[in-house]
Amino acid sequence: MTAVHPAGIPDELPEGPAARPRWAVAARHLWRNKLLLLAVIVLLAVVALAALAPLVAEYGPNAMRISRRLQAPSAAHFFGTDEFGRDIFSRVIHGGRISLAAGGLTVLVACAGGVLLGVLSGYFAALDGILVKVVDSMMAFPDILLAIALVAVLGPTLSNVVVALGIVYMPRVARVVRASTLVLRELPFVEAARALGVPTHRILRRHILRNLASPITVQGTFIFAYAILAEAGLSFLGVGVSSETPTWGTIINAGQQYARQAPWIMLFPGLAIVLSVFSLQIIGDALRDALDPKLQKEV
Amino acid sequence: MQTYILKRILGMAVVMLIVATISFVIVRVVPGDPAAIMLGPDASPADIADLRARLGLERPLPAQYAIFMGDLLTGDLGRSIFLDRPVVQALAERAEPTICLTVMATLVALLIGIPAGIVSAVRRGSAVDQATLGLAMLGASIPSFWLGLLFIQFFAVRLGWFPVAGYGDPGAGFLERLRHLVLPALVLGLLSSALITRFTRASMLDVLGDDYVRTGRAKGLDEWTVIMKHAFRNALIPVLTVIGLTVAVLLGGAIVTETVFGLPGVGNLVVQAVLRRDYPVIQGTLIVVAAVYVLVNLTIDLLYTVVDPRVRY
Repeated sequence: MTAVHPAGIPDELPEGPAARPRWAVAARHLWRNKLLLLAVIVLLAVVALAALAPLVAEYGPNAMRISRRLQAPSAAHFFGTDEFGRDIFSRVIHGGRISLAAGGLTVLVACAGGVLLGVLSGYFAALDGILVKVVDSMMAFPDILLAIALVAVLGPTLSNVVVALGIVYMPRVARVVRASTLVLRELPFVEAARALGVPTHRILRRHILRNLASPITVQGTFIFAYAILAEAGLSFLGVGVSSETPTWGTIINAGQQYARQAPWIMLFPGLAIVLSVFSLQIIGDALRDALDPKLQKEV
Repeated sequence: MQTYILKRILGMAVVMLIVATISFVIVRVVPGDPAAIMLGPDASPADIADLRARLGLERPLPAQYAIFMGDLLTGDLGRSIFLDRPVVQALAERAEPTICLTVMATLVALLIGIPAGIVSAVRRGSAVDQATLGLAMLGASIPSFWLGLLFIQFFAVRLGWFPVAGYGDPGAGFLERLRHLVLPALVLGLLSSALITRFTRASMLDVLGDDYVRTGRAKGLDEWTVIMKHAFRNALIPVLTVIGLTVAVLLGGAIVTETVFGLPGVGNLVVQAVLRRDYPVIQGTLIVVAAVYVLVNLTIDLLYTVVDPRVRY
């Protein structure tokens, strides 16, 4: 039952402009986009292969067969073998588990921090000035440099890589969330909620956060893509996860020494990165177009 | 105008103060004793105590911060533990390859990105436009280190057109050193051109429908003049903005690319510093690179009035 305000006003106001019609229009737009469908299929295939790696791969990612070292791609080894005779296909799909997990978890950390910073900055004018300066300052550091520095002090583990990349991408989310919050704050339904005495935390939860879903989704998709690239970069430089752990970056790093005799070692993990990031960028672009508020007019 | 410049410089000072504070904090959040971590597990307690004293880690945090900021104002970024020289000197010694690489990569990115963006906008919706947009997105999806390795294999090892790695012999002339930067600059520039292409296209699309473009065509001006003198000039401001943003991407990209191509630049210095836990170098690099980014963006902000006389501060 809806709680009632002491003044007799219902505590629960109807939610802001309903998100459903926008999502419905967006879904229709997305369905029509053939390139997007292809990108979704490719990304799902990469995710499925990574998730089911232990079932799909015939060989373990670290299983060595020196007699089969540096073998070119064949029916027995789709992506060839490395200098220890390890199956590159198995390493790439097992590595994908870590690379994709790092990307996905980074999105969660960046969005959690970014939404908090962005909403505080956009909704509370008193905090805006300083938070905007902090966000601007964080964006003055190149992504990879800040990530390297953070991993250097936190230690080269997967969780620290995720925390570091989450911090690096937080300002991007914060900027987008702040901009949207500034607009939402002035909309009639939020003003009405304030005028009716709805507590701030409820306004933020019910009216602001819910309407931030679209920009966060779009931004999250792009951050997923950037984080995959950045994690691979950190692993390649040897400052990310341990070089013993197969990730797309560490496999390329190890393969560069054999680039001449066995280019497949670095070729396939690189292609896995490009396919995943390219698909995510197409999806992000399509989501941004589809969730554009201007589409509301078509409802 | 002067008031605006003063305001911008003041804003920049605030950003730099926060940048320095973030850099200070990052190095102090090390779990455990930073001196012990820097020296490694084999260090003796006396060595650790000595380093703690040298870095001033025994003082309370606010005192450390005050000394750090005071030193920073005099241009002192601390002393590298492993190189045993001032961080400023270490950075200055490594600056040339990084600056040259960033400038060359910016030129490559502009030479590819601006024409591609203009053609894409003028031929909006055509196959050329779709292909350009697709390639731009693909460019933003390729890891620079991977493309670098592929380029080395193809252009340097197979075709022998460029040196495989390094920055030339110690006595190599400037042109010889630049030759070593061509391949890394191509890699960085190609990948960074993606962002410039997309921004140029969007900016051109905004102005191509404007009245003055239509008037230019109605006057019978040739298409080149209409596009380059009327449309592009007015589309330049967002393009300039993205060039400023690209600097951060390029400086970051240079860190990774330098490692792939074995260039003795700032990127290589910082990666070595991370592997050796040389925190003063990491801290100093963070501050200097962020300062370069902030300065470039301030310069670009001030350039707006030059490229577009309508902009008045």
